[in-house]
Amino acid sequence: METRIGVYICHCGTNIAGKVNVDEVREYASHLKNVVVARNYMFMCSEPGQEMIIKDIKEYGLNRIVVAACTETLHGHTFREVAKKGGLNPYLVQMVSIREFDSWVTEDKVEATEKAKSLIRAGVYRVNYHTPVETTTYPVDSNVLIVGAGIAGITAALVLADAGKHVYLVERQGFIGGNMAKFDKTFPTLDCASCILTPKMSAVKNNPNITLFTYSEVEKIDGFVGNFDVTIRKKPRYVREDLCIGCLSCIENCVYKEPRFMSEFDEGIGKRKPVYVSFPQAIPLVPVIDPETCIQFRTGKCVQTCLKGCPTKAIDFSMKEEIVKVKVGAVIAATGFKVFDATRDTKYGFGRYPNIYTTIQMERMLNSAGPTGGEIRLQDGSIPKEVAIINCVGSRNENFNAYCSRVCCMIGLKHAHMLRDSIGANVTIFYTDIRANGKGYEEFYRKVMLEGVNFVRGEVASIIPSENNRLTIVFEDTLLSRVRKKDVDMVILNVGLEPHDDWEDVRKVLNLTCTKEGWLMEKHPKLAPVTSLSDGRFIAGAAQFPKDIPDTVAQAEAAAAEAMSLIDRGFVESEPNVIRIDEERCSGCRMCISVCPFSAITYNEEKNIAEVNTGLCKGCGACAAVCPSKAISQNNFTDEELYAEIMGVLRE
Amino acid sequence: MSENFEPKIVAIFCYWCTSQAAELAGTSRMTYPPNVRIVKTMCTGRVDPQFILWAFRNGADGVIVSGCHPPNDCHYEDGNFKWFRKYVLLSRTLEQAGIDPKRLRQEWISASEADKLKKVLTEFTEEIRQLGPLNHTIREGGV
Repeated sequence: METRIGVYICHCGTNIAGKVNVDEVREYASHLKNVVVARNYMFMCSEPGQEMIIKDIKEYGLNRIVVAACTETLHGHTFREVAKKGGLNPYLVQMVSIREFDSWVTEDKVEATEKAKSLIRAGVYRVNYHTPVETTTYPVDSNVLIVGAGIAGITAALVLADAGKHVYLVERQGFIGGNMAKFDKTFPTLDCASCILTPKMSAVKNNPNITLFTYSEVEKIDGFVGNFDVTIRKKPRYVREDLCIGCLSCIENCVYKEPRFMSEFDEGIGKRKPVYVSFPQAIPLVPVIDPETCIQFRTGKCVQTCLKGCPTKAIDFSMKEEIVKVKVGAVIAATGFKVFDATRDTKYGFGRYPNIYTTIQMERMLNSAGPTGGEIRLQDGSIPKEVAIINCVGSRNENFNAYCSRVCCMIGLKHAHMLRDSIGANVTIFYTDIRANGKGYEEFYRKVMLEGVNFVRGEVASIIPSENNRLTIVFEDTLLSRVRKKDVDMVILNVGLEPHDDWEDVRKVLNLTCTKEGWLMEKHPKLAPVTSLSDGRFIAGAAQFPKDIPDTVAQAEAAAAEAMSLIDRGFVESEPNVIRIDEERCSGCRMCISVCPFSAITYNEEKNIAEVNTGLCKGCGACAAVCPSKAISQNNFTDEELYAEIMGVLRE
Repeated sequence: MSENFEPKIVAIFCYWCTSQAAELAGTSRMTYPPNVRIVKTMCTGRVDPQFILWAFRNGADGVIVSGCHPPNDCHYEDGNFKWFRKYVLLSRTLEQAGIDPKRLRQEWISASEADKLKKVLTEFTEEIRQLGPLNHTIREGGV
């Protein structure tokens, strides 16, 4: 059959047309071999643009389409659907990027135009060799895996569970709630974090559609979109969840009469026993025994008063790690953040001098369920009169994190208000710029200003101890351009947000992409903010980038909706880029079998040929590259297509 | 070497990492020499050494192949290693065939490393400009 190609060049407003002379390119494309029609249009992805292509397919009898526009990632699907509507196999379309790969990265207009011509030429040469690709559909499992049970994971889990989907919620800590559970109040409304979080936590526990795995980690995710096989590793908490009634008498009866080990949940300012819960309203209300500090584990010779005091004998020192396997259709990563380690920037003296705290420690101190019962005290037990809050610790700093952590300014304002309110302290905020860009945020900033909090636009040079256990802050007042000093009783370091230390491992297990800092990467910063590059895997909350609670909740609900959209559609298309093996050419050498990472190719002894299971093939094409007899071809990436494309970018 | 020599460079990028970096370079409006023409494969493991020879034969002055960082970034487990093995052998073969192996560059650029992409492509274009045209005879005949 005669090849009849239509070439469609998008202006993308001025994004392309501002650099590339689209008329000249269209004229050029119209003379390429087998091109029947070439057009340019303002927005090819718009309804009239799509209609134009469909009309041309019918009118000109087109059987190949080249769209020169943005990228395959952004609009490949759009134009494949267009082809389908026009009655063509969707894989007879080739997308050519003249925006991301040309107009946006090229300075000179003439060069950009020439580059566009060569890229389109390559697309036209390539599309000649396209063949129809048929895909099958697979059903989608209606269960969802959510990794991380902070406010993002909890929100997404509840949305999905309420819609009747079954959720496996996996949390690596012993208790759910994440960072939000540590907070006292939330800005700008000052509602107490517990009052809005704990009802959601208990809803998670009580919802029959949610299976909660705490003290557990996702070990491995196999399979593909719609059909993931998840392996979850449950660490032993040494208290049996099926027996424990949450009376906490084990904690009371522990041989350690007083808590004496650093509490992770209290960020180092509180103590716990070897058997502990994060806080009294913890979910699940089943204590964890820390083998590092428990005498029974360290010496094997404890009198086990915890066990004696337990009415249901739920304590089990022989508990072992457990592996659980579940099947899900979609995955939501809501793995959260950690705060910047303030000891890394030594000028602040954190960890060396007393009475210097981080914001998250201050949250624990302000929290009435925290280690001080909500009392703000200096280490000598007195009430601080003069407090400094230093913003941008570890943020907006080329040596640590160049980005703005987005939430710290508002946390600082909140703490300033609360410290004035509770102990009448004189508070000074050292800021770089105050960023209060949310609903009610600017109003809150103004309110705090009018309350009499001092604001110094300043860069802190160092914090040094001074007389009477006080601290001297040496800083440059950047409005006065002068170095000044200020003596205070207490310093709060407004630490920025960072990805977890093990973000690379987490990313690999979940098969996601990260930015260079380690934040999870979305498919598109504006149009697909909760979708990842891997199909069926969504992202939510501060794991993507620092964000406040309203944004986190909105994103979690969006991720839940995306997962639901996938599940309720009910099917996914099989991988289109799978390979085919030409029986006639296959010599049975089995090179392909040795390179296939997915065991998708097997050897048929009887016929002495290799055979592919397209259900397992993920379309990398490694086998096609090694097959010595060229018996293997990869759909959409055949040798002919790639040779033609390479030739096309080089010459006419 | 001509003052106005503009090298032709073919860049074979994997879909998951380096192509995404190239998209990010675009959305970040970074600029790099227009000499670079990107061809995508799903994985560098798909890259057949013959693609590179074909590019040189068709007038490329330089070829760069880039994929996901080893050891574990590859979307298909270890396609990057599979390519790398071929690359080492191919470089030696190129030398024997009289093509300066510097004309074939191998990189690992992740989806977030748009700045690295810009740097590498700018640098490589300059290197090839210094090396001058390959002037490899183009044999007639299509694909």
